[in-house]
Amino acid sequence: MSSEQVLGRIRAALDHDAPRSARTASTVDRLARPPEHPLPARARRPAEELVHQFVAIQSGLGVDLIEVGSPADIPPAIEGYLLGLGLACRLRHGSDPLLVALPWSASPHLVVDIGAARDGDPVGLSRAVAGVAETGTLALASGADNPVTLGFVPDTHIVVLRADTIVGSYEAACALVRAAFDGAMPRTLNLVTGASRTGDIGGKIVMGAHGPRRLAVILIRGVV
Amino acid sequence: MKPAAAFEAGIAAALANPSLQAALADVPAGFVAGRARVKAALPEFEALRRTGRDIRDHTLAHLDLYLEAFERNAERAGARVHWAATGAEACDIILDICREAGARVVTKSKSMVSEEIGLRARLEAAALDVVETDLGEYIIQIRGETPSHIIAPAIHLRAGDVADDFRRRHAHLDAARDLSAAEALVGEARGVLREKFLTAEVGITGANFLVAETGSAIVVTNEGNADLTMSLPKVHIVLASIDKVVPTLNDAWPLLRLLARSATGQEFTAYTTLVTGPRRAGDIDGPEACHVVIVDNGRADLLRSKLRPVLRCIRCGACMNHCPVYCAIGGHAYGSVYPGPIGAVLAPALAGTAQAGHLAQASTFCGRCEEVCPVEIPLVSLMRHWREMAIDMPGSRRSRALLRAWAWLAERPRAYRPVAAIAAATLGRLGRARGKFAALPFAERWTRHRDLPAPQGRTFQDLYARRKREVAP
Amino acid sequence: MTEGYARRPRVGLFVTCLIDLMRPSVGFAAVRLLEAAGCEVIVPRAQTCCGQPAYNSGDQASAKAIAKTTIAAFEGLDYVVAPSGSCAAMLKLHYPRLMAGDADAEARARAFAERVHELVAFLVDVRGMSEVPGAFAGRVTYHDGCSGLRELKIKQQPRRLLAAVAGLELIEMAGTDVCCGFGGLFAVKFPDISNAMVTAKSANVEAAAPELLLAGELGCLLNVAGKLSRQGSPVGCRHVAEVLAGEMSAPPIARPASGGAS
Repeated sequence: MSSEQVLGRIRAALDHDAPRSARTASTVDRLARPPEHPLPARARRPAEELVHQFVAIQSGLGVDLIEVGSPADIPPAIEGYLLGLGLACRLRHGSDPLLVALPWSASPHLVVDIGAARDGDPVGLSRAVAGVAETGTLALASGADNPVTLGFVPDTHIVVLRADTIVGSYEAACALVRAAFDGAMPRTLNLVTGASRTGDIGGKIVMGAHGPRRLAVILIRGVV
Repeated sequence: MKPAAAFEAGIAAALANPSLQAALADVPAGFVAGRARVKAALPEFEALRRTGRDIRDHTLAHLDLYLEAFERNAERAGARVHWAATGAEACDIILDICREAGARVVTKSKSMVSEEIGLRARLEAAALDVVETDLGEYIIQIRGETPSHIIAPAIHLRAGDVADDFRRRHAHLDAARDLSAAEALVGEARGVLREKFLTAEVGITGANFLVAETGSAIVVTNEGNADLTMSLPKVHIVLASIDKVVPTLNDAWPLLRLLARSATGQEFTAYTTLVTGPRRAGDIDGPEACHVVIVDNGRADLLRSKLRPVLRCIRCGACMNHCPVYCAIGGHAYGSVYPGPIGAVLAPALAGTAQAGHLAQASTFCGRCEEVCPVEIPLVSLMRHWREMAIDMPGSRRSRALLRAWAWLAERPRAYRPVAAIAAATLGRLGRARGKFAALPFAERWTRHRDLPAPQGRTFQDLYARRKREVAP
Repeated sequence: MTEGYARRPRVGLFVTCLIDLMRPSVGFAAVRLLEAAGCEVIVPRAQTCCGQPAYNSGDQASAKAIAKTTIAAFEGLDYVVAPSGSCAAMLKLHYPRLMAGDADAEARARAFAERVHELVAFLVDVRGMSEVPGAFAGRVTYHDGCSGLRELKIKQQPRRLLAAVAGLELIEMAGTDVCCGFGGLFAVKFPDISNAMVTAKSANVEAAAPELLLAGELGCLLNVAGKLSRQGSPVGCRHVAEVLAGEMSAPPIARPASGGAS
């Protein structure tokens, strides 16, 4: 089927309302200069308030929040977290430079692999590009650095986030993501707000429907 | 059975179904209270509804051009865009892609347009193992049912119903297992469906939005099933109707701010995914190919009609959650893919008035749907539009004759007054002793369930005229 | 507009067909309230029904003819006031829509619509009424009729006037803004759905345990009173104007005159 049959029908209906040239100009303009719609007040607070708001909403969503002073603190923090919950200390992450450079060997209980998620992996570790304070949302961009499957296949997903990348709005987070991809979009931009859940059985919220049962965020407070 | 008669039968069955009634009784405390809570926490919510409406109206007025832009940008990102005028064409396109991929197992996330075009049945008829991965959809798939709600397809079921179905369907599992808790049921479905995710060759998702600016599809879930569906198989197919496109990412965010709040009463769903094409060079996961199938199936015709605003719909389900009729009978009674107020407006347009025109009669016009619609669709006016279409149909002959006879009187006050006076006097005299009628021959449909209050016996016009005469000098 | 101060505003009462036929005492209560608010009340004889049954059944032609009759009947009056949210909304919002495409008729309908008000909203918003003639020592609950609530945004006005009724205690029930299931012809087209809705409404009324259920819409009241009566409930039902005006000599809706059979 060619697009002509489908688009032609739409065109016939719309050209009736306004000339095509005017409609085209309006479309070209909007695509070139996307409109800036008003942001809610909760997305326009000072940076430190946004961090507090992000943390508060995440807690309300049942996300485990671990604050560290610097990246070097991440391996022991993860080790302590997994041991504390009695979980397997085996994790996989992508080739994200920050994660690869962490001093993993200093945490002897942890077994760390690199790559995309495999069936049976207990823990996936990713780094978020940004945090969105308006709804406590993590913005993750897929790629070899942070394979998307790490956030969906394992039972536990741990996400590293720098506090200075917490922004107010989805708009601001998306701008950070596109800046990291030369203005383009990554294959997937995953906006994650709490762990997997379902209300499909009797309306009761149950965690771990298909994606991770557990989501932990490691918030790097210090300067990286 | 004629569609209208089937509707009557569906209503009777729904009202007599205690499990359904118990499930529906939870809606006010669940979705409705949840939406009220998140709305209260976002002072900009009402202004956001107007923004949402304007974005959708602008898009619809330029729909052809934004769809072309989407196609350009999606193909630039490596996706292939396919166009289908009808549901059957869309099914054929998808079946061809599945065959080309050598698919045996196809995973699928929730998509109302796939229900609309009967995609699963078409693929199953071609011997494909098609698995719904949204938990609610999976449950109704194994029950052989259709969704009873557009975002909570199994809302009509209780946990006990699901346990029975799982025991029947998952016969390979230990018969003595405990399925009394919702957690156990979710865990079992997770295990069964994980197998399918890992073996499927093709994953089919819907799209909540298509973004013209970037060629992205936006898919929203709470379970993460759409993400597994689009990330694990080697081929990802996005199925979307023409009305799903928005111009830019900046236009998507206000709509996403509205969507979850209106739908489930969440501020944002757990997973909102913007997917742009297939696996990139250097990627170590994700599908090798990404296809986007864009289907019209009757929508373009609506652009030219009074019904155009219905295409603003972002499928949140708030209209049905807030509809007292939906909450009395649930979704199946409607007998259409889309139930509730949006169904009453959309179904006659997509399936034809003969098939679904009667649905627009099933409303008190209380307006609660319009009040909560995130894109301000004038649902009451649009339902009234279908009633205007229906009044001249042969099937309305009897009610039309009664209505016209009454209207003839109402247009003639001199004739109307004595008729009203006689009616008031007659009924007033008959009902005076009890103040009500428990049964009246011509009012069985009223007195079946409630008494008819008796009139006071004189019309106001009579009494007031008399009072004026007495007061006058 | 100095003459506006010199004379009382002339208010045309749109009685509504249900009040005319079923419960004229509500009409007299409305007259009393309007007079207490300093208005001269006129009741045009050439009025019948607002046309909702035709309009909402899709019979635009009949609705339009009735609308023209109504508009003509109220020529020359300062205001048109209806003791019903749905009838007032029909006159105010839908008459102009009905005339769309007929410029003269539309202009007339718009000029007419500007003068239309629902009774209680008129008393509070236009006349600034804060004291009422009525008194009632007891508990009441209030049901918001859908059209008044959503089309005319009437929510606080009846509550403000009820607060001015000496001795009256207003108990808010659950779901006060949810439809009672009347919906005009809906109640007889879909009696079983309507029953489910009015059953839920009655349960909310009973849970609030008032002596009286009040509303500004006789259609809702006939429906809920009929259900409560069938259930043997002790709750009485009255139009809010009856209580505000102190016009309570008639028995509550669906009750016999005192001395009649129970």
